[in-house]
Amino acid sequence: MSVLTGTGTSQSADARAARRARLGRGARALIPYAGFALIFVVFAIVLRSHGFASGSNLESIVEQNASIAIMAMGYAFTLGAGEIDLSIGSTVAVVALTTALVLEQQPAWAGVLVGLAIGLGVGLVNGLLTVLLRVPSFLITLGMMSVLAGIAEALTNLQSVAVTNNAFNGVFGSGSLGPVPSLFVWVGAVLVVAQVVLRRTRYGRHVLAVGGGREAAVSTGIRVRSVRVSALVISAVSAALAGLLYAGRLQGAAYTLGSTDLLTVIAAAIIGGTSLFGGKASVPGALVGALLLGMLQEGLILMGLGVPDQLIAEGVVVVVAVAVGLRERPE
Amino acid sequence: MSEASAQPAAGPPSAPARTANPAATATAPSQAVPALEAEGLSKSFGAVRALEEANLTVWPGQVLGLVGDNGAGKSTLVKCVSGRLHPDRGTVRVAGEVLRARSPEVARARGIEVVYQNLALVDSLDIATNLFLGREPVLGPRPFSWLGFLRTRQMRQEAARVLREVGVDLRGASVADPVEQLSGGQRQGIAVGRAVVWGQKVVLMDEPSAALGVEQTRHVHDLIRRLRDRGVGVVLISHNMQEVMQVCDHVTVMRAGRTIVTVPVSEVSGEMLVGYITGAIEPRSDG
Ligand SMILES: Nc1ncnc2c1ncn2[C@@H]1O[C@H](COP(=O)(O)OP(=O)(O)OP(=O)(O)O)[C@@H](O)[C@H]1O
Ligand SMILES: [Mg+2]
Repeated sequence: MSVLTGTGTSQSADARAARRARLGRGARALIPYAGFALIFVVFAIVLRSHGFASGSNLESIVEQNASIAIMAMGYAFTLGAGEIDLSIGSTVAVVALTTALVLEQQPAWAGVLVGLAIGLGVGLVNGLLTVLLRVPSFLITLGMMSVLAGIAEALTNLQSVAVTNNAFNGVFGSGSLGPVPSLFVWVGAVLVVAQVVLRRTRYGRHVLAVGGGREAAVSTGIRVRSVRVSALVISAVSAALAGLLYAGRLQGAAYTLGSTDLLTVIAAAIIGGTSLFGGKASVPGALVGALLLGMLQEGLILMGLGVPDQLIAEGVVVVVAVAVGLRERPE
Repeated sequence: MSEASAQPAAGPPSAPARTANPAATATAPSQAVPALEAEGLSKSFGAVRALEEANLTVWPGQVLGLVGDNGAGKSTLVKCVSGRLHPDRGTVRVAGEVLRARSPEVARARGIEVVYQNLALVDSLDIATNLFLGREPVLGPRPFSWLGFLRTRQMRQEAARVLREVGVDLRGASVADPVEQLSGGQRQGIAVGRAVVWGQKVVLMDEPSAALGVEQTRHVHDLIRRLRDRGVGVVLISHNMQEVMQVCDHVTVMRAGRTIVTVPVSEVSGEMLVGYITGAIEPRSDG
């Protein structure tokens, strides 16, 4: 028994307005995919002679960006919960190097376990310090970034370490599961799991509630601190997995691994529709954002741009993407 | 404690003082246990003493007005009761039992719901999720339910039903649309609806009709009466004395962090309430 019944005309006007709003949201959600398709088509035509759209080139784009893509999908949770993790790049380096060192003497599983445990540990330290000291994760992870970068340099005295463990290199690099290359399997598995967790579970809702309205989340009894810790654990563990995948694909590790990834990962997530201020996140969007940036880089290389020009072009794209994301800041 | 003695004893109303609601007289059980009892709550923010030895008693089926000037401490009192804030001193009892581990989670589990002044909605999330925030229904029995898969369809159906029941007109929006696209009044309707459906023992409403039009305000008053008839204790914070006189059976007045007096509305006028609030009238001291 609604007391509030408008007149017939204003009701249908309201329905139209609501439908328009829904369509607008739907259209905005498609922007990253449309952008991806557009860039793909442009490069496919312009770089036809270089075989941009060939199967092997596309496959290598996905494989080269598997680590970025996985970190971006994890980062959707972190940003979605209103946190930021600046230490993912140096987490990648420490995990890759440590795992490579362990693999010199131990079986593959031991290396993997150590690598993932480092990710878990880094994430827990980041998260617990953030909630217990009541300091923004931005500052805690800035410190962590520096600490881990130092550790990465000290671990091997700036030396690279080769990974000769074939089992490891197969699972995390050049191998395949049936006809599907390993790196595709990893990206696909993370996509499915992350998407289901974000969209279909209570935990996913709580992540977005904490990021979109901390006050409301606290007031309704959501365990805000656990959610915030978990959001930083997710970014760190996905960085650890990314580190394993770098080590497997490159069959080795160096302290420089991951050092330029932070901005790319944040940009990929934001291009994909995740809000820099929390409350909104998209896992498939983050994947598409990562592939879009990877494709852009590959296209620029094929067009003959040197490294400096690539950096400039990438920087411009990232800044534009982040600026668009920033404009969504709630009042 | 001079403040405590200034507080007239607000014993259990054997029947709600309002004669205009015979239904309530019939259904409200004259239990000897208050639905909510806050005793000696104090809370400081740095040098600001927001609450000083505040007391509040609400009986099942009672509608208690809570009035006071801006900054008198009304919202702080509500938050200390709901576990949103931790009082420096004082106890809260729900249906006679002390509320110990004070957190919103625990308070909600004990049947306390709040319409916060800021509404406590997550703008970026959909209406259905907001109605179920913190108590989303999940699939399956025990071990499986730990995975926390949402019953999204059930959430949406129930959300639509609840909003119909409490009379929130979404005007074309669906329960799957985000709250950010709603008007201020609609948002308030969602917050009130959430408290009304979940409130088992006590519902505290912090200026629930602040953004509402005439018609919607009347509807909120209907909901308050329905809560009362269900035996729920209601606390209504309002700056509108006419509203307080109209829907409440007792009023507690706050001034500078203290609850200075509790009176049946039948024994005061709006002008007297304003007098209490501003300090123009001092409550009669019994001791
Ligand atoms: N989180 C806080 N930090 C610091 N001071 C606070 C905080 N919350 C409330 N206060 C102070 O406590 C006092 C009581 O505030 P409160 O919000 O409870 O008042 P109120 O009676 O609800 O007022 P209003 O009618 O304006 O809503 C005010 O002086 C306020 O400035
Ligand atoms: Mg207030």
